[in-house]
Amino acid sequence: MQKVYSKIESISGNVITVKATGVRYKELAVVGSRYGSSMAEVIRLRGDEVALQVFNGGRGVSTGDEVRFMGEPMKVSFSVNLLGRIFDGSGRPRDGGPELADTMVEIGGPSVNPAKRIIPRNMVRTGIPMIDVFNSLVESQKLPIFSVSGEPYNELLARIALQAEVDIIVLGGMGLKYDDYLFFKDTLEKGGVMSRTVFFVHTASDPVVESLLVPDIALAVAENFAIQNKRVLVLLTDMTNFADALKEIAITMEQVPSNRGYPGDLYTQLASRYEKAVDFEGSGSITVLGVTTMPGDDVTHPVPDNTGYITEGQFYLRNGRIEPFGSLSRLKQLVNGDTREDHRAIMDGMIKLYAAYKESLEKKSMGFKMSDWDEKLLTYGRLFEQEMMDLSVNIPLEAALDKGWEILGGCFAPEETGLKTELIEKYCRSKV
Amino acid sequence: MVSVEYAGEATMNEVCYISTGDKKLKSEVIRIKGNVADLQVFEMTSGISVGETVEFTGELLSVELGPGLLGQIYDGLQNPLPELAEQCGFFLDRGVYLAALDHKKVWDFTPTVKVGARVEAGEQIGFVKEGLFNHWIMVPFQVEGVLTIESIVAAGRYTLNDVLAEAKNEKGDLHQLTMVFNWPVKRAIKSYAERLKPEETLITKLRIIDTFIPVAKGGTYCIPGPFGAGKTVLQQITSRYADADIIIIAACGERAGEVVETLKEFPELIDPKTGRSLMERTIIICNTSSMPVAAREASVYTAVTMAEYYRQMGLNVLMLADSTSRWAQAMREMSGRLEEIPGEEAFPAYLESLIAAFYERAGIVRLKSGDIGSVTIGGTVSPAGGNFEEPVTQATLKVVGAFHGLSQQRADARKYPAIHPLESWSKYKGIIDPQKTEYGRAILFKGDEVGQMMKVVGEEGTSLDDYIIYLKSELLDYVYIQQNSFDPVDAAVEPERQLHIYDILIGILTARLDFAGKEEARSWFNRVRQNFLDYNGKKWQSEEFYNLEKTISELLADQKIGIEADAEGLWAGESRRGQ
Ligand SMILES: Nc1ncnc2c1ncn2[C@@H]1O[C@H](COP(=O)(O)OP(=O)(O)O)[C@@H](O)[C@H]1O
Ligand SMILES: [Mg+2]
Repeated sequence: MQKVYSKIESISGNVITVKATGVRYKELAVVGSRYGSSMAEVIRLRGDEVALQVFNGGRGVSTGDEVRFMGEPMKVSFSVNLLGRIFDGSGRPRDGGPELADTMVEIGGPSVNPAKRIIPRNMVRTGIPMIDVFNSLVESQKLPIFSVSGEPYNELLARIALQAEVDIIVLGGMGLKYDDYLFFKDTLEKGGVMSRTVFFVHTASDPVVESLLVPDIALAVAENFAIQNKRVLVLLTDMTNFADALKEIAITMEQVPSNRGYPGDLYTQLASRYEKAVDFEGSGSITVLGVTTMPGDDVTHPVPDNTGYITEGQFYLRNGRIEPFGSLSRLKQLVNGDTREDHRAIMDGMIKLYAAYKESLEKKSMGFKMSDWDEKLLTYGRLFEQEMMDLSVNIPLEAALDKGWEILGGCFAPEETGLKTELIEKYCRSKV
Repeated sequence: MVSVEYAGEATMNEVCYISTGDKKLKSEVIRIKGNVADLQVFEMTSGISVGETVEFTGELLSVELGPGLLGQIYDGLQNPLPELAEQCGFFLDRGVYLAALDHKKVWDFTPTVKVGARVEAGEQIGFVKEGLFNHWIMVPFQVEGVLTIESIVAAGRYTLNDVLAEAKNEKGDLHQLTMVFNWPVKRAIKSYAERLKPEETLITKLRIIDTFIPVAKGGTYCIPGPFGAGKTVLQQITSRYADADIIIIAACGERAGEVVETLKEFPELIDPKTGRSLMERTIIICNTSSMPVAAREASVYTAVTMAEYYRQMGLNVLMLADSTSRWAQAMREMSGRLEEIPGEEAFPAYLESLIAAFYERAGIVRLKSGDIGSVTIGGTVSPAGGNFEEPVTQATLKVVGAFHGLSQQRADARKYPAIHPLESWSKYKGIIDPQKTEYGRAILFKGDEVGQMMKVVGEEGTSLDDYIIYLKSELLDYVYIQQNSFDPVDAAVEPERQLHIYDILIGILTARLDFAGKEEARSWFNRVRQNFLDYNGKKWQSEEFYNLEKTISELLADQKIGIEADAEGLWAGESRRGQ
């Protein structure tokens, strides 16, 4: 049963109000205006005053426009027909293909019962030593790339996506540049995975609030595939745009901001999306890789800060490399215990030495005389950056571990490595 | 938030049910104004419409207390999650509320009082065996005055709802006592004789904590740190190894995956002390970040109430909350919806008093029976931007007895556990002679100073003596403060071993060492470090352990030419005590 109202009481930013009865919280409506229709969602009920958030924005909406309540919350069609298709931020076809309406599923549904989750155990091998050795990626992990704009984060995202052995890829673009959208499309086509991919793309030229739906739609689709025993990889780029859309709505609704204009529930909002990443007991999984651009390269900015508290680590991309400091995979210890016995030792030992190298480098830049030890560290740091950190390196984990020992052996005497004697004896051929 | 018009009476914090569709959604009254009550809903609110009916129960938000709590995994409102999964499958359907305890299960009850006995709230009338413990069956905490037992059942098998005893109060009112009763979560349980000062160390088996910044039974401590610094791992380690009878984990508003690790692994992990699975001493309260926010606020109270309940049985309970900041944020979200005047960073003005009241529920007490029980609370704090100058960290620091501050730099350099050894503090007593720990701490301070200075004047501008202090502090850091949680031996270090190896280390730290130059000093310290590291990985008192100990003392003998002047008193004190 649909109800139609044709008197809009107020329009403020992207939020409109109408007087209506029998409306449910979070119900969907369509607002028809001269410039085309837009979806809207009920975000507040106060007596008979209903506030709606208009996804195409308030621009061009007039008080005489029609508001049609749909009687149900936002849904998305879910079937294998989605595969290979490209939709916009509200789920409408963007590729000229037919509109889909079979099996409509709820978006933003309830969270998974923790008792139905299992401990993830499958490593996703990427061939990138900074990931495989130092911060292993794990199936069902939720992990963003932290980066300033201008870094090749979308390239990195696409590279991991192609390398990961998954059944289905769902790409959610928020404020995506058109070029980036084409880049993803090309790369996934060339990689031969387009037929297993669904795109929900909100581009930079679309109304900002429309990006709010993208994570929910993408994750709802992923969730439905996952409970059909599929391993799904969801790519969300860029979540900072999503957070900014939340901020815009909060300001329009006159909510008290908590930090730099962002609403107090930013954490909860982001968490309810990222927490969709899951390994289901007896079924499929959802891995979420995102991009969080950091305004002003400031990791304490509310968006990366809240994200870091929610996700299971982050890859910190800077100067075209994944930085060892600031990067983290919280799930690595679930998989790196039974790769090779020296994996954990190399992982921690090399980073400890790299931290010492950074100190020597600082001393050097201040013009101090370098001791023997400093010189060793400088050589080590250079090698580490060239042979491990450089993103052009593409080798399997085991080769990367061997490379690690080679670098250590080339630079240090055994007891200088800080590693256990047993491992050193087995793997390290020190030339010092 | 939902506002309702009511007729009759409404009570603050009363539980209500909102009927929507075929569901009834649990909620709590959080403000009353005229004939309008504002409710926070413990569920997702989508689909609710204006005009729906609300049922007021007259009861405050409570938990069910009785045998069978141990080993359970509950949400913030005490819904058992595994049972919920059986009924609803993968997802947390809203509006489904299950019994917290199994009311059909039969327990072996042994009475401990006779007819005519006089008992008060919190006193035992008997016990049942719950896993490792005698679970006391007590007079409900809300009972006022003294009861006289009129009748009591014989030892035997009973269920939770069977009446075990009948008792009369002074006014002649009859009470029927069963194994189970409810208690409102936001009221502290105070049915004990007196509160004592926390003095005994609660062993965590982490060297830095037990030696330098200890926790006490009945004390409080907090772990603030930026994301990724190691708060959760630290609590996970503590929940495994800490020397408490019962561990209550409140997973409050953080990742579900982290709780899954605990709830899947604990049943399999055997506690060496008891030979039983760790799950048998654990309760998990799990309201993770994507679960409803209002229930998140309740979850820490649910957890602490259960902790207090087991304290009433003379047990030492450790409650770990990860993260108290999410609880504070839940309060902020509600306060925002109530349009209250916001304080700093939009947190409510009463934040500080709520945090204080929460930690105040910890404590070591003498029960009416004379037994001693304790609740220790350790909470993580997740400060925005990793900056400790924010309201939640500051309010917490005012009330806790120990501060374990995590440092991003130390985590970046993989110096785990990344607790900052110089900035952290504790008001409690540790396991090692304070004179010796002070000496170690002083070395860390001086070493840090030398390290800072070296950044200014370079290594060549640093004297050999200073350089040796620096190397000593680095050694102490590397082989004692840092600890490898993934090494089967190093992960948990018993107090005897801590005492033993700290003495060996103090022997090195207090020694006057003879080196020709810095390069020689560095290389000697590297060798000592290497051996110490291997030593830390060997089984306590094994042959290899002693072999490495010998190597270390030989290395020391090679270089030692006396004792540092400032340490002479230390060793003198030692021998005096020895006599
Ligand atoms: N004691 C430790 N030993 C080894 N690794 C650790 C330790 N503490 C933390 N880590 C690493 O850091 C990651 C993040 O730790 P976590 O406790 O989840 O951080 P926080 O809760 O502070 O955000 C872990 O997943 C682990 O990889
Ligand atoms: Mg954590």
